[in-house]
Amino acid sequence: MKRTVSILAGGLLCGVLSTAALADDGRELVIDGETIATTAVAADDHPLDEIISGWRFRSAETQALQMDDFENPAFVAIEYAEEIWETPAGTSNKSCADCHGDADSFAGLRTKLPRWNDEMGKPATMEMLINASIETHQGAEPWKWESAEMLAMTAMIGLQSRGMPVALETDGPMADWIKKGEELYYTRVGLLNMACANCHEDNYGNMIRADHLSQGQINGFPVYRLKWGGLGSIHRRFKGCMDQVRAEPYKRGSDEFIALEAYVASRGMGLSVETPSVRN
Amino acid sequence: MKAIAKTIAAATLLISGSAVAGVVAPGDVQFVEAAVPVSLTGVAGDPAKGREWFANRKLGNCLACHANDDLAEEQFHGEIGPYLEGIGDTYTEAELRAIVINSKEVFGDATIMPAFYKTDGLNRVAKKFAGKTILSAEQVEDIVAYLATLKE
Ligand code: HEC
Ligand code: HEC
Repeated sequence: MKRTVSILAGGLLCGVLSTAALADDGRELVIDGETIATTAVAADDHPLDEIISGWRFRSAETQALQMDDFENPAFVAIEYAEEIWETPAGTSNKSCADCHGDADSFAGLRTKLPRWNDEMGKPATMEMLINASIETHQGAEPWKWESAEMLAMTAMIGLQSRGMPVALETDGPMADWIKKGEELYYTRVGLLNMACANCHEDNYGNMIRADHLSQGQINGFPVYRLKWGGLGSIHRRFKGCMDQVRAEPYKRGSDEFIALEAYVASRGMGLSVETPSVRN
Repeated sequence: MKAIAKTIAAATLLISGSAVAGVVAPGDVQFVEAAVPVSLTGVAGDPAKGREWFANRKLGNCLACHANDDLAEEQFHGEIGPYLEGIGDTYTEAELRAIVINSKEVFGDATIMPAFYKTDGLNRVAKKFAGKTILSAEQVEDIVAYLATLKE
């Protein structure tokens, strides 16, 4: 299933060696005394031999920021979301809390997304579920995909599933979307003519200039990226990778990015939710 | 005397003029086996400039994937492709030119290495880069001249 040819063997060998070195560095992700698994066993038909969280590929300093919620810069946004959670808005003049009670009623939700939604006729991402509830229940204006409110809320609701394994529903109508996402994942695009798989499957563990290539997993999203100086969505990261290879990116919230998100989520099944994680 | 100077000037102009007109367009590059024997510009490249393009992130950015001891002053060399030590001994200039223009002609379609002088057969190229090549013909020749200097 690994789509590589012998000519890449040199690069691959490097990858295997440095990946092994990584796995041996012994560092575990422990937050508040709780160990969060950063690797998962891949099924036999999985294109990867081992599923590894992006956290493992970051420097010791960046890793440390994620190991302490007081150091983690994303927690400013978590506090902001907790405020919004309690604030009445819209024609209903109700807050999220009025309908949902404590935010931890959403524990487990992050592990299932994107999830098929009959009304929408497509898989729903966290952003889409939040906006649907704001519009139909709260009677307020939906948020922009990459707005401060949306990033904070997706992180805060995601946090309720921290440590739980990604467990996407891949059957039924999801199967077609995941297939579509898989096609996109292996399609070369842009002036540099590269696919996601060229970097994140064939070369994870290798340095690409100053960047240590990970498997491009999304279990940590939204992530706080030091380079962005704030949180960013999964679709922002996809766009960034397409920009890097000088491709015309799809729009945030587009069917293409929803399909790609569903497929990438399915590649990371078994990894723990780490939202909000920290990246450089 | 003046007349001669004039003719020489005119002739020089003609030569350099025809050299520009004679730049091989991306679609017209002739591969002979895994080599491109003819210079894209008709003149030799400048290895010092080639060294710069090799490291420049907006141009060759070759260092993103290849380690190269000759550029020890640059931090962070990539590990995606092979080391390029002694590459000038391994390949002829014609072969190096082919690799830089379109490495898929040399290594096959599966290679991750981008084609630096090619505009067709690409998918969803960003509007800003549509119809453009990553490197100009001159820059390709500069890099080829530079690679040829990397001898053991
Ligand atoms: C030219 C190489 C390259 C290509 C092609 C590429 N990426 Fe990336 N990607 C990177 C680099 C470099 C990073 C930052 C370091 C890392 O996490 O790998 C990154 C990071 C990511 C991350 C963040 C991972 C984390 O844990 O924070 C995701 C998700 C991702 N990429 C998905 C994709 C998808 C989906 C595609 C295809 C649309 C893609 N990438 C194409 C180079 C690439
Ligand atoms: C995205 C990665 C990438 C970039 C960027 C890249 N290369 Fe490569 N290059 C490779 C890989 C990988 C190979 C080995 C062939 C293969 O396995 O596909 C290679 C092979 C080569 C070879 C042959 C090496 C040998 O030992 O046979 C040369 C020469 C070369 N590249 C030069 C360059 C130059 C010059 C540039 C920039 C103008 C460049 N490369 C940019 C990935 C890259």
